[in-house]
Amino acid sequence: MDWLTGMLADTELRLTAVWAALPEFVRFVLVDLFKILVVVVPLFIAVAYFTYWERRIIGWIQNRLGPNRVGWEGVLQPFADLIKMLFKQVIVPGNANRFLFLLAPIVALIPALAVWAAVPMSESFVIADINAGLLYVLALTSMGVYGVILAGWASNSKYAFLGAMRCAAQIVAYEIAMGFALVGVLMAGGSLNLGDIVRAQEGTSVLSWFLWPLFPLFLVYFISGVAETNRSPFDVAEGESEIVAGFHVEYGGIGFGLFFVAEYANMILITALTATFFLGGWLSPFAGVPGLAETWIAAPSFGWLAAKMAFFSFCFLWFRATFPRYRYDQIMRLGWKVFIPITIVWIAVEGVMAAFEIGPWAAGI
Amino acid sequence: MIPTILFYAFAAILLIAAFGVITARNPVHAALFLVLAFVQSAALWLLMEAEFLAIVLVLVYVGAVMVLLLFVVMMLDINVETMREGFTRYVWIGGLVALLVAVEIGHVVWFRSEGMQFLSTPEPFPADYSNTRELGSVLYTEHVYAFEIAAVILLLAIVAAITLTMRRRPGLKAQNVAKQVAVRREDRVRLVKVEPTKD
Amino acid sequence: MIDYYPAAAEIFLATAICVVLLVDVFLRDEQRMITYWLSLAALLGTAACSALFFVDEPVTTFFGSFVADAASGVLKLVAYVAVALVFVYSRDYLARRNLFKGEFFILGLFGLLGIMVMVSAHSLLTIYLGLELLSLSLYALVAFNRESATAAESAMKFFVLGAIASGTLLYGISLLYGVTGTLEIGTLAERLSGPDGMGIPALVGLAFIVVGVAFKFGAVPFHMWVPDVYQGAPTPVTLYIGSAPKIAAFALAWRVLVEGLGDAHASWQGMLIVLSILSLAIGNIVAIAQTNLKRMLAYSTISHVGFILMGFIAGSDDALSAALFYTVSYVIMAAAAFGMILLLSREGFEAEQLEDFKGLNARSPWFAFVMLMIMFSMAGVPPFIGFYAKLLVLGSLIDAGLVWFAVLGVLMAVVGAFYYLRVVWYMYFDDPLDEAPIAAPGGMRVVLSVNGLGLLVLGVFPGYLLELCMRVL
Repeated sequence: MDWLTGMLADTELRLTAVWAALPEFVRFVLVDLFKILVVVVPLFIAVAYFTYWERRIIGWIQNRLGPNRVGWEGVLQPFADLIKMLFKQVIVPGNANRFLFLLAPIVALIPALAVWAAVPMSESFVIADINAGLLYVLALTSMGVYGVILAGWASNSKYAFLGAMRCAAQIVAYEIAMGFALVGVLMAGGSLNLGDIVRAQEGTSVLSWFLWPLFPLFLVYFISGVAETNRSPFDVAEGESEIVAGFHVEYGGIGFGLFFVAEYANMILITALTATFFLGGWLSPFAGVPGLAETWIAAPSFGWLAAKMAFFSFCFLWFRATFPRYRYDQIMRLGWKVFIPITIVWIAVEGVMAAFEIGPWAAGI
Repeated sequence: MIPTILFYAFAAILLIAAFGVITARNPVHAALFLVLAFVQSAALWLLMEAEFLAIVLVLVYVGAVMVLLLFVVMMLDINVETMREGFTRYVWIGGLVALLVAVEIGHVVWFRSEGMQFLSTPEPFPADYSNTRELGSVLYTEHVYAFEIAAVILLLAIVAAITLTMRRRPGLKAQNVAKQVAVRREDRVRLVKVEPTKD
Repeated sequence: MIDYYPAAAEIFLATAICVVLLVDVFLRDEQRMITYWLSLAALLGTAACSALFFVDEPVTTFFGSFVADAASGVLKLVAYVAVALVFVYSRDYLARRNLFKGEFFILGLFGLLGIMVMVSAHSLLTIYLGLELLSLSLYALVAFNRESATAAESAMKFFVLGAIASGTLLYGISLLYGVTGTLEIGTLAERLSGPDGMGIPALVGLAFIVVGVAFKFGAVPFHMWVPDVYQGAPTPVTLYIGSAPKIAAFALAWRVLVEGLGDAHASWQGMLIVLSILSLAIGNIVAIAQTNLKRMLAYSTISHVGFILMGFIAGSDDALSAALFYTVSYVIMAAAAFGMILLLSREGFEAEQLEDFKGLNARSPWFAFVMLMIMFSMAGVPPFIGFYAKLLVLGSLIDAGLVWFAVLGVLMAVVGAFYYLRVVWYMYFDDPLDEAPIAAPGGMRVVLSVNGLGLLVLGVFPGYLLELCMRVL
C-alpha cells in the first residue's frame, strides 16, 4: 500500500504544481467551468426526471400508470426518449428560413441556462455573485421569448406562427406582472443580489420569510411564472386541440428536444426563483424551532432549496392535471387587468408599511 | 488586456450588426440584427461597469420593445425594395455624413496619439459598488422633478394611445367576464325528465 | 428637504388630471359634462394655487431644476385663461360633432401642465421634458377626430417634424452640456460667461437650440407644419395650438436664450433677425393668397411670431417686456379669432372659409363687430391692443438702433393689414351666402363677447398689463 499512497501524494504534488504554474486567468476560467458543470449537469438530469415524474404523477392523479416499462418502474424512460430524439433526422421544412429555423432552439436554450449563473444554490455556492442579480434574471428570462418567436416565424407555417404570436404576447404581458412582483421583493430585501435577498429573510423563524408580508406578490409571481413558461392552464401557445403544438410544430428530433429542455429548465428556474424570493432559498423552515436549533434540520443547506423546488415543481404538475385550459382572452385579462393592478397596489401598500415602519419593517430596512 | 480584447470583439460585432440592420433585405433579419446590436452595446456598457444601464437596455429594448417591433414586422408584409428606391438618390448625403464622422474619429485618435489626454481613465470601482443604488439615489433626489415629469409624460402617452386607438364599434360583442364567472349551474342546465318511449 | 410650495400649482394640476382621468372613466356618455366642469374646476384650482403662492423674488427648488418667479406666475395665469377659453369655446362644437370626449379636456390639461413646466423650468432638461409633454398632447389632440383623414395627415406631419425639432433641440442641449457640464440654467450662464465659454462647440449647440425654438414658434423657415396643422386639426384644437403654446414658446426662448445664453446675445441676434424677417415676409404675403380662414390665421401667426422675435432681438429688459406683452395680447387675439370660427360653425358646417364670413353683419351685427375688433387688433389698428403690442416691439427695436428693421416691420404690418381688412370687407359689404342663425349657446356668446371687448378695453387702457409686463421681467 505504501507505493499507492506514495504515488497519490506524488500525483497530488505534481497537480498542485501544474495548477500553480497556470496563469491566473486560466485558473479562473477552469474554476468557473467547473462551477458551471456542477450546476448544469444536475440541471439536465433534473430536466430529464422532471419529464418522467410529470408523466408518472399526472398518471397517478388521473388514475393510470404512466411510463413504467423502461428500466425499473420506468426510470430509464427519459434516456430512451433522449436517445430517440438524438437519432431522429433533423428535418427543415421547405420554404422555412433555414438559418433562423436552426438558430431558434439554441436561442431558446441559452437564456434558460444562462440565468442559472446568478441563482444562489446555498450560502456559499453561486456561479456569479453579481450585484444586479435580480435585474440580470429578469433581463435573461425576457430574452427567452426570442426562441419562440423565431421558431414560429422561421417555420413558415400558420400554426407555428399563431403559436408564436400567442406565446410572445403572453410572455410580454406576464413579464410585467412578474417584474412588478419582484419590485416588491426588492423593496423588502433592500438589494438586487439574490444571495442578499435570501439573507434578508434570515430571522428567528419561518415567519421572517417574504412569503408572509408579500403574500399577494408571491401568488402573482408564481402564477405568472406558470404563464411565462407557457404551462397548463396557460398553455394556449401549444394548444394541441387548436393549433396542434404551436410554435414548435415543425420541429422534430433534437430541435424539438432543445425546446423541451429549455421549457423544463425554465420551469425549474421559476421554482428556484420562487423559493429564493419568497421562501428563504436555502434557509431551513425549522430554524428557530425549540429543540431543533443545533441539528441539521434547522441548518441552512442546499437540501432545503431542493425541497422547496421539488414542491413547486409538483405544483406545476398538479395544476396541469387539475385545471382546464384558460381561453386566450381570459389569460390576457388576468395578466393585464388583474395581476398588474394587484402588484401595483401591493407595492404601494409595502411602501406605506416601510415608510411608517409597520409590521416586518418595524426595525427599518 | 482581456477587457481590451473583449471590447474590440463586442465593438466589432456591434458594428457588423449595425451594418446588418441597414443592409438586410428581410425586415425580420434587420430587426434581429438590431437586437444583436442592443445586446452588444449592453456588453460594452458592462465593460464600463455600468451594469444597471446594460441590463436595463437588454430588459427594456431587447425584452420588450424589440419583441413588439418584431410582432409588427412579422405581421406586415413590408416590401423592402420599394423602400430602397430613394437609396441611391440620398447615398451621397449619407456618404458625406459618414466621411465627416470618420474625420472626427480620426481627429480624436490623432489627438490621442499626440499624447493629449481628454479624460483620464477612471479608477475601477470596488466590487461592492452598486451602480443601481447610486443611480437610484441621484434619480430620486437631484433629478426627482425631471423624473416625475417623465412619469407624467408616460401617463400622457398611455392616454394619447388609448384616445387614438380605442373606438367602440357598434355591434361589437364583448364578454362580460364577471357575468360569466357568476354563472350557476341552474342558469345553464335544465334537467328534463324524458319519458321512455315505446317503439 | 425639497421645498414643494413653489411648485404647488404644478402638483395640484398633475393630481387634478389624475382625478379627472379617473372620474371620466366611470362616466356614461351623457354625463360627460361632469368632465368638462371638473376640468374647469381644475383650472380654477390651479389658478388659485398660482395666485396663493405667487412670489415676487425668484425661488428655485428641486435642486435647481424648477424656478418660480413673478414672470412665470403671470405667464401661467395667462395660460390658464387661454386654456379655459379653449374649453368654453369648444364645448358646443365638440358636442355637435360627437367629439365630446373626456380625453379632449384631459389632453388639454396635460398640455397646460407641459406649458407650466416649461415656464418654470430652470434646467435644460426640465425645459425639454415640458416641451415633450406639451408636444405629445398636441400631437394626440390634432389626431383627435379619428374620422377625419386630413386631421390624421396633419397630425402625422406635425409629429414627424416636431420629433425632428425636439431632436434638434436635444442635440443642442447635449452640446451645451458637453461644453459646460451642467444643465442648470443659472450655472450654465455663469460658465458660458467665463473667458472661453462661448467656443465653437457652444455656438453649434446654440444654433441647434435656435432651430428648435424657431420650430416651436413656427418661424420661417421652420414653419412648414403651421399651416397644415392649423387647417387640418379640428377647430377647437387649432384654437388650442394657436393660443396657449405660444406662451410656452415665449418661455422656451426666454429661459434658454435670454437667461441661459444671454451672454451670447450677439451670436443669436443675427439668427433671430433672419428668422424674424423671413417670418414677417412669408407670413404676411402668403396669407393674402389664402381662402381658408384657419390657414390664413396660420400664416398670420407666423407673421406675429416675427414681431415677437423682435423683442428678443432688441434684447433689453424693456424689449423683453414688449415681447411678453405681444405674446399675451396675441394669445387673447388668437383665442377670440378661432372662437369666432367655432361660434359660426354648426352641425355639418365648418365656418372656416373666408366666404363663410360674407355678410355676417346682416346675420349678426354684434358678432360682426366682435370679429371687426379682432381683425383690427391683429392688423394693429389703434386703439386695439394689437396696436400697442406692435408699437412696443417696434419701439424697442428703434431703441436698440435697428431702425431699418423697425421700418421693415411697419411695412410688413401694412401688407398684413390687407388680408385682415378683407375679412372686414366681406362681413360688411358682401351679401351673406347662408342665412342660418348662429347656433352657439349663450354662455359661449357672452365669453366670446367679453374676449373681443377685452381687446378694445386693453387697447384703450394698456397701462395695467404693460406695467405688469414691465414689472415681472
